[in-house]
Amino acid sequence: MRRLLRAKDRMDAASHEEWPVERLARVSRVSEAHFARSFRDAFGLPPHRYLLTRRIERAKSLLRDTDLSITEIAFRTGWKSLGTFGRTFRDVIGESPGELRAREQSVPQALDQVPGCYSSAAHRPDLNIAVSEKRRQEAGGIKRTTRKTEVP
Amino acid sequence: MSQGIGLVGLYVRDQDEALKFYVEKLGFRVHTDVKNGDYRWLTVQHPEQPSFQLGLYKPGPPVLDAATAQTLREVVAKGAMPPLVLVVDDCRVAYEQMRARGVEFTQEPVDRYGNVDANFRDPSGNGWKMMEERGAR
Repeated sequence: MRRLLRAKDRMDAASHEEWPVERLARVSRVSEAHFARSFRDAFGLPPHRYLLTRRIERAKSLLRDTDLSITEIAFRTGWKSLGTFGRTFRDVIGESPGELRAREQSVPQALDQVPGCYSSAAHRPDLNIAVSEKRRQEAGGIKRTTRKTEVP
Repeated sequence: MSQGIGLVGLYVRDQDEALKFYVEKLGFRVHTDVKNGDYRWLTVQHPEQPSFQLGLYKPGPPVLDAATAQTLREVVAKGAMPPLVLVVDDCRVAYEQMRARGVEFTQEPVDRYGNVDANFRDPSGNGWKMMEERGAR
């Protein structure tokens, strides 16, 4: 368990990097099959989805606290294309990066008494289902696909 | 000061290991170390904070049943215990010193809103934020 936390810490420290299961399993010094299953058991979501929540969290904080362009934020948080970032962000958060920025920057924040990473964690999406599943549900559950791929 | 918080406890997976970590790597001092059968009351203190003790406890019998103790050990190892903050005068200097002693850092010192902070974990998985508060100096 402590080894799994080490892999999670590494994702936290560099969520913009690619974290395929092989790499995570290497950090934890366990087999890939064991890693994927035990990570999910321990933390309640699969590693790639956890990484997605951290990327979205970081993107939200950059949107709120910096004047970086949305393209720059997409690349800094590990997306290879602006389109995928925008689409995934909207699917997870329910509004586009630009909409979130406009809304957040118009409201003064009272979180300056909270250490940065904890206040940021409060804005982490609670992603308890796959993004593809969320999309299906929001589409009205009409499409019944067997697509197993998730983003990213 | 005569009123206030005197002790907060942490769960650790091994009290000997925790004692070594907090004393040898972080520079804390032992305040109380008393054994009674399987039970060990162990507290340490920051050298500059004599009014506060940090308890290092192993979850287990006789205080907790085996299943609860197992759950708590897992919760600690998952890093799911609440945040802890260690305040230092110079975060980068403390980081270099602690890293040289083998402390496992999960985040290097970063400037944030005028403060500098770094993250590390104790051997059990308890997460600490080490913070240099520039505004408070």
